Amino acid sequence: MRLRIKFYISFMKVRRLALLASTIAIVASICLLGFKGLNLGIDFSGGVLVQMETNEASSVGDVRQALEKVGLGTSVIQAYSEKGYIIRIKSEESQEEALRALRESFPEMSLLRLEQVGPVVGSQLRRQAIIAVFISLVCILIYITFRFRFRFGAVSVLALFHDVIITLGLFSLTGREISLPFIAAILTIVGYSLNDTIVVLDRVRENWRHVKQWGIVKLLDDSINQTLSRTINTSLTTFFPVLALFLWGGSAIADFSFAFMVGIVVGTYSSIFIAGALLCEWQLRSPKT
Amino acid sequence: MSKRERWQLIFVAVIVAVALFSVFPIQGRVRLGLDLKGGVHLLLQAVGTAEVPVTDDSIERLIAVLRNRIDQYGIAEPVIQRQGKDRVVVDLPGVEDPEAALELIGKTAMLEFRQVVGVTPTPPRAPERKNYDSDEEFQRAQERWRAMMAEIEENVRQMEEKAASDPNLIVAKEEESGRFYLLGTAYVTGEHLVDAKTSYDSLGRPTVNLKFSREGAKLFDEATAANVGKQIAILLDGVVISAPVVQERISGGEAQISGRFTTATAQRLAIMLRAGALPVSVKILENRSVGPTLGSDSIKAGVRAGLIGVALVVVFMLIYYAFLGVVADLALGVTMLLLLAGLISLKATLTLPGIAGIILTIGMAVDGNILIYERIREEIRSGKTIYASIDAGFRKAFVTIFDANITTLIAAAVLYYFGSGPIRGFAVTLSIGIVASVFSAIVVTRTLLRIFLTVKKDLTLLR
Repeated sequence: MRLRIKFYISFMKVRRLALLASTIAIVASICLLGFKGLNLGIDFSGGVLVQMETNEASSVGDVRQALEKVGLGTSVIQAYSEKGYIIRIKSEESQEEALRALRESFPEMSLLRLEQVGPVVGSQLRRQAIIAVFISLVCILIYITFRFRFRFGAVSVLALFHDVIITLGLFSLTGREISLPFIAAILTIVGYSLNDTIVVLDRVRENWRHVKQWGIVKLLDDSINQTLSRTINTSLTTFFPVLALFLWGGSAIADFSFAFMVGIVVGTYSSIFIAGALLCEWQLRSPKT
Repeated sequence: MSKRERWQLIFVAVIVAVALFSVFPIQGRVRLGLDLKGGVHLLLQAVGTAEVPVTDDSIERLIAVLRNRIDQYGIAEPVIQRQGKDRVVVDLPGVEDPEAALELIGKTAMLEFRQVVGVTPTPPRAPERKNYDSDEEFQRAQERWRAMMAEIEENVRQMEEKAASDPNLIVAKEEESGRFYLLGTAYVTGEHLVDAKTSYDSLGRPTVNLKFSREGAKLFDEATAANVGKQIAILLDGVVISAPVVQERISGGEAQISGRFTTATAQRLAIMLRAGALPVSVKILENRSVGPTLGSDSIKAGVRAGLIGVALVVVFMLIYYAFLGVVADLALGVTMLLLLAGLISLKATLTLPGIAGIILTIGMAVDGNILIYERIREEIRSGKTIYASIDAGFRKAFVTIFDANITTLIAAAVLYYFGSGPIRGFAVTLSIGIVASVFSAIVVTRTLLRIFLTVKKDLTLLR
């Protein structure tokens, strides 16, 4: 069996449309981040997380009732199975009370996970995360400008911000939790999405000697199409395992793999449409050989 | 097969053999993080007082006492490390009951025997409506109750005033009864102990039996002699656990304390008393405990997701690249093997995000092959011979593969530097995975392709 797909798509024809769509998505994401914000997990906000399983089927209501007795009825309670619950409590000091109340109502319960993060550590982890993201972006920018021309570096970093902001926006929209591994996911998305962009730009660099003859539009279209099957194939082969992880990898890692899935889709889109479109507009406005 | 190809084949075969040897059997070879193995991770902050400030010396003593307690509790391979100026990290693998561990570590365990100077009455229970016939009676009962509580509060206030004016006096509460005590100086403390053991009293309740040092025995003897017929309060970390009436002078240097103990809590208390009180008290800044079942569930789920992921990628490569797909799938196998061998030989810790890192590597590993294959196809289309195309394909794809992977490697390095625990595990697997996949794409794929082509000179394979 052999699949041979041969086509030529003029991506640069729709570049304005793509830029418009991305601008809308970015503005929407920023609005979401500003108004709705992110659902910060206890890693960053401080608090207590209890994962427990009762020995017989119960409901979120039962668990809430148990916690109400010690004034923790407003905790976030999430059921992941008929017997399993993840409980998030804002105040880090109420761990003992909460466990006592749960034990009273469910004497046979088993405690699977208990996490407690103080506010000091929470803000420290938050600061470290921001520094980590910032430093890796700077390192990558330095590497790209060193390897490619400055414009290539600039458009790749813009494409990166595009990917990261939209991923954050989707997390805000879906209310999924931002925990420490999420930062790892974001940085990996940064690395991965850049990987895609670099492959495309690498071809642009190779074809650059024809820029006067072909014009920037054809040059970009040719380069993107020459690398298109690679871009799509790699995205698919990366997407498959991450999808498997999301579906079968267990609840503990679902948010983490969701971030990867979003990152792969957005990253692939941006390296096909956005990086090229930005480079094209830039070149048309101030040509440079 | 040329001489060079033969050497390349031998090189790859040796590497694969060494990797196989170091990976199998895999049981017990990969070091698992606490999130997969189950266990307790604690970050403690030492809290000093005016008398005992936090110094290098008190932190060293704190760590020594903690180690002593943990060893006596019977936890294998604990990690107890100082972090920064006044913090201590404690990792306890394989602990089934995180709450017990928290208590064992977090309690100062300062034991004191004090003179009882005064005591409030036991606060009565609040009246309940169902025990009264009419609303009026219930209201009267409530008033009586409030008056009694106010009296006790007044009592406590007076005690606190006395304690404030005399530095030798303190006020302490008894948890079980709710009574408050005004207490004099300590006769004997935990420092005067040589041993603590658990046992049962005549009613079958768990007790903790204490054995005093010679000096402690003398002090205890004097204290009981002076208080026959009166109460002596036993305090743990400033809370009264019991206040028995002294029946007779005790001169043997042994004492028994009973309180609201279960067998387990009595055992922990005995351990803490034997190991000694913490020189400075600690505050738990961070606690991450995972039960062993959750950890093994995570491993199972991760392995299942990984296998499904591998199957999807393998099938995709076979369908899209046919013969070349077989080579890519073999290279993927080598990548996975090298990744595991790298994890084991670097003694890296595999964590839950680390499993995600491995699964991500499955997808990214074939990227190198895809880049190379697409290049080779282009070269063939431009009319080059098959060998020239393969050479040109590898040469041109190499730069791209290198550039594309180095950025992910930069991100992983930063993660490793700033991350801790689980995140570090992710950074490590991702980095090893990148290096292994680049090696597989460039060296293994190339060798396999050349060999297959010398064995089977069918040029249509690549079309």
